[in-house]
Amino acid sequence: MRILTIVKQVPDSNATIKIAASGTAIETAGLKLVMNPFDEFAVEQAIQLREKGQPVEEIVALTIGDDKAAEILRTALAMGADRALHVCDPTLLSHDEVYLAEILALAIQKQPQPFDLILTGKQAIDMDAGEIGPALAEFLNRPHVGAVVGLEISGKQLKARRRVEGAEEYMEVELPALLTCEKGLCEPRYPSLPNLMKAKKKPLDTLKAADLPGVEKISRRSELVAMQPPAARKGCKFVEGEPAQMAKELVRLLREEAKVV
Amino acid sequence: MIILIFAEQRQGHRHGAVTQLFTAAQAISADAEIHVALLGHQLNPVAAELQKYPAAKIYGVDHAELELYRPQPYVQALDAVLKQSKPHLVLLPASFMGRDLAPRLAARTGAALATDCIAFTPQGDSLIVTRPVYAGKATAQLKLAADRLKICSVRPNTFAAAAPTSGNSAVEKITVNFDAATLRLKNNQWASTSSGVKDVTEADIVVSGGRSLKNADNFKILYELAAVLDAAVGASRAACDAGYQPHSRQVGLTGKTVTPKLYLAFGIDGAIQHLAGMRGSKCIVAINTKKEAPIYNVADYGCVADLFTMAPLLKSEFQNLLGK
Ligand SMILES: Cc1cc2nc3c(=O)[nH]c(=O)nc-3n(C[C@H](O)[C@H](O)[C@H](O)COP(=O)(O)OP(=O)(O)OC[C@H]3O[C@@H](n4cnc5c(N)ncnc54)[C@H](O)[C@@H]3O)c2cc1C
Ligand SMILES: Nc1ncnc2c1ncn2[C@@H]1O[C@H](COP(=O)(O)O)[C@@H](O)[C@H]1O
Repeated sequence: MRILTIVKQVPDSNATIKIAASGTAIETAGLKLVMNPFDEFAVEQAIQLREKGQPVEEIVALTIGDDKAAEILRTALAMGADRALHVCDPTLLSHDEVYLAEILALAIQKQPQPFDLILTGKQAIDMDAGEIGPALAEFLNRPHVGAVVGLEISGKQLKARRRVEGAEEYMEVELPALLTCEKGLCEPRYPSLPNLMKAKKKPLDTLKAADLPGVEKISRRSELVAMQPPAARKGCKFVEGEPAQMAKELVRLLREEAKVV
Repeated sequence: MIILIFAEQRQGHRHGAVTQLFTAAQAISADAEIHVALLGHQLNPVAAELQKYPAAKIYGVDHAELELYRPQPYVQALDAVLKQSKPHLVLLPASFMGRDLAPRLAARTGAALATDCIAFTPQGDSLIVTRPVYAGKATAQLKLAADRLKICSVRPNTFAAAAPTSGNSAVEKITVNFDAATLRLKNNQWASTSSGVKDVTEADIVVSGGRSLKNADNFKILYELAAVLDAAVGASRAACDAGYQPHSRQVGLTGKTVTPKLYLAFGIDGAIQHLAGMRGSKCIVAINTKKEAPIYNVADYGCVADLFTMAPLLKSEFQNLLGK
């Protein structure tokens, strides 16, 4: 089995987000960048399949991103991936996730050998789109299961459990397939120091637009034109008094002022 | 302009956000011609309900292969509807199904896509959409290309539900022959995890508790309050990780995103990752002993008080109010 994990570098979830003067990006100075948390599940799951005795020949990590994004590929290698691919070309950056999925599909098809299993995160916690996994599966014309919280593989047969509103679904498919990984699937490991050192020697190849003939025919469908801070909330009204008075007053406010009950 | 609404249903239950899409469509264009796509199996009861809403056309694909959701047959069926309806814009709920299906449809049809939209501004033939990004710490405006089909999933509870009218458009049936290759993936089972209580993503009111509830048993006071309000119970990650509540009820960055009318947070600190999942709620109430707790930065109403005292008091106040 050959596994591809698709990863993105994003600001840490604790980061304070400030809009840059351009109005179309965020301030990046001092921003802590990490591997998208849902993508950590993807990398971890791939490694665990190998550790649990699946015949995994190769685990590859792939990203599209700027120079700095190589850091998360090193993280993936330190966690246990065998090699990494970095699509790194300023002309290919975009906030159009369907466009990125089409580029990823092209990069995957150019690989000498196909992947039986592709793992992505459920969504990237910067743009919160959750588009690339399903879009990539469509471009590659293969089945996908979204938001997977449980996985079993025996031979070529894959069983995945996914979470939906108020229920879980039990899906089954013969490989090849693509899964988007949701919290609950596994617990990502922290790479150890020796593994971080070893990761520096693992292969990491960079791909430019010129290495992806045909990429120039892929066009953007949407463009990010502005960013703003969220609409300000009106501030908290503190209800005062003894608990019993507070409860009475709060219920009155919710009925008469907020009109939500 | 033709706007096609994806009328998501599961097991004959229409998703609560579907009727909100009619309001969204009318807000985008007052004279929009609204079409509806209904996919599934044995759809007559859902179709009958939908016929009460103001649609010029309802397209139905009723097929045994569509009984349980699977992305590939659904995208093929929806594409078949698109070929008849020829919409300029497709609206779906930003639900698990809508968010799973829309990207495949965009990839298949060459459409421009935006997820979880909260506002729309047409600009000539292009469409500017607003959507929350960075877990609600910012919003972004995307411009969807003029010369393409546009597909948008809409954040639940952003638009009010449309009221049923006396409309009675006929359902046009579309036949689809599914490609065998797209039927490889099986959906073996849909199993409810809610054991009778509403899911956090589906309820109009969510009552949530944090680590401070101290154990699973204590959540009983929140369930009792929720029962009076017909609400769902949610929890912080700390409460789920400690085993007080199942992970299916976790609200936040790595849990579910909820946008109810009313979100009541009991003993939840308001970590940025928790806010990520609930700051889009219409009205937020916080009950927390610590006045500096960050939850109060997003709350509309606050009670600096002990949750164990407040929850039962609120339960009886709501009982009085609602006559329960
Ligand atoms: C990558 C990542 C993802 C995460 N994803 C999520 C997520 O999806 N959802 C999530 O919730 N968290 C998430 N977290 C965790 C988050 O950072 C917080 O640790 C968590 O939300 C804290 O939960 P809490 O508010 O219940 O607990 P605490 O932080 O322990 O807060 C308890 C609060 O209860 C108050 N309190 C105590 N006793 C009482 C009482 N008797 N009455 C009233 N108030 C009382 C306290 O004042 C305090 O404010 C994530 C963290 C990371 C790093
Ligand atoms: N620039 C990127 N390069 C590689 N993979 C990405 C990139 N952006 C997103 N992904 C993958 O697609 C998933 C969903 O991302 P998104 O659709 O952007 O929310 C992520 O969890 C990643 O696995």
